Amino acid sequence: MFDHTTAPFRLNPRYRLQYEEAQQCQVLLYPEGLVKLSDTAAEILGRCMEPITCQRLIAELQRDYPAADSLPDDVREFLSDARQQDWIVAAEG
Amino acid sequence: MWLLAELTYACPLQCPYCSNPLQLPASRKRELSTEEWLRVMREARKLGAVQLGFSGGEPLVRQDLGELIAAADGMGFYCNLITSAIGLNEARIAEFREAGIRHIQISFQGSDRETNARFGGSDSFEHKLAMTRETIRQGIPLGLNFVLHRHNIHQVSDFLHLAEGLGAEFVELANTQYYAWALHNRDQLLPSAAQLQEAEAATHRFRQRHQGNMRALFVAPDYYEQRPKKCSNGWGTTFITITPEGDVLPCQSARVIAGLEFPNVRQDSLENIWRGSSLFQKFRGTDWMQEPCASCPEKENDLGGCRCQAFLLTGDAHATDPICELSPEHHRVGDAVRAAQAHAEAGEDAVPLLFRNTANARKLAAAEA
Ligand code: SF4
Ligand code: SF4
Repeated sequence: MFDHTTAPFRLNPRYRLQYEEAQQCQVLLYPEGLVKLSDTAAEILGRCMEPITCQRLIAELQRDYPAADSLPDDVREFLSDARQQDWIVAAEG
Repeated sequence: MWLLAELTYACPLQCPYCSNPLQLPASRKRELSTEEWLRVMREARKLGAVQLGFSGGEPLVRQDLGELIAAADGMGFYCNLITSAIGLNEARIAEFREAGIRHIQISFQGSDRETNARFGGSDSFEHKLAMTRETIRQGIPLGLNFVLHRHNIHQVSDFLHLAEGLGAEFVELANTQYYAWALHNRDQLLPSAAQLQEAEAATHRFRQRHQGNMRALFVAPDYYEQRPKKCSNGWGTTFITITPEGDVLPCQSARVIAGLEFPNVRQDSLENIWRGSSLFQKFRGTDWMQEPCASCPEKENDLGGCRCQAFLLTGDAHATDPICELSPEHHRVGDAVRAAQAHAEAGEDAVPLLFRNTANARKLAAAEA
């Protein structure tokens, strides 16, 4: 498994991220079904459509949400979870 | 919610376990047009459907497949293609990728050239391998599907190694379920308990040895279970199947239940059909149940099992799925297992397999008349 704290990653192309009217929230679609996402999760994954690094992602979020204190830790925790779930994969090149 | 679009019943293969109806239409004249499919997809999207499976028959037979995928992707569907790979080539894979296909599932009939040809009825093994590699090369997520029965279930381990070598990320080892053509051929197809155990053990061994990137799912045949599977996640809750000619079914096999009337998208909107048709209400929830299901504590979990199987094995679609050991008709399942065993012992050619093709469909219809 790749190390998401150093290597760039992106949303796994198996997944499709979109807003669903029926669920009233952002969801991740995959071949066998869908998962509902929290606003935070959707906000983070929405920035992983193109290859990005953990550092860059945190910097972007801190710029857009300056009031969120524990942000770097929350993002790292979410990313390690997302990697476990296969939602994010190593970006090539 | 899932929409399964059975684009056509035409198929270059002849798998004897095919889930298409025994009464195959003689021609493709009455198939839904491109415009009709587009309308149906829009209506399904409005109802909240997000997953779309293009299947058949062989969906690649439809020349408008790329157009349908592009339109569906634009509507926000997650598009899956379920195919035998016959009719696929490099250019078409590229076309579908452009159009927005998210996942392709390729089915194999055997883990080697000969078995694959014997059960698919066409020498297609090398082509399937090539198309599997090409799909992966073009970066489209891919699953392989291996349909199991008595004559190929011993190949599970070979197939897993083949799939791993090809670089597949997901393999489904799906035992034949006994509806339609498979039910007709049940004596010739149903594996023994020992075969099944060995196949499950082989899958388990593979998983333990290779903790790689490939996931393997093993689906057992209902006949060796004590409790039934939940009916398609609940009749009229999750799945909509549209047949090539526009009939709307709550599950892929629902047509086997005699006496049901199927609404058609040419006559009514999908929303009316989903919400109001008597077909979709018929087995929704638990009110329709009779004993022993009606007073069983399990009823919310399994919803009394599969309505199609209940009908096929007992003649009553309201009955408890006889897979359940609480069903008064449970012995029918044991009878079927013993009949299949007797057939295996008598030598495989006692009654030959009936392959799925229009000529055999016509013969069956004539025999029934
Ligand atoms: S099961 Fe075989 S014969 Fe039936 S549609 Fe699929 S590939 Fe064709
Ligand atoms: S009796 Fe009916 S509800 Fe109870 S376990 Fe059997 S099938 Fe399920």
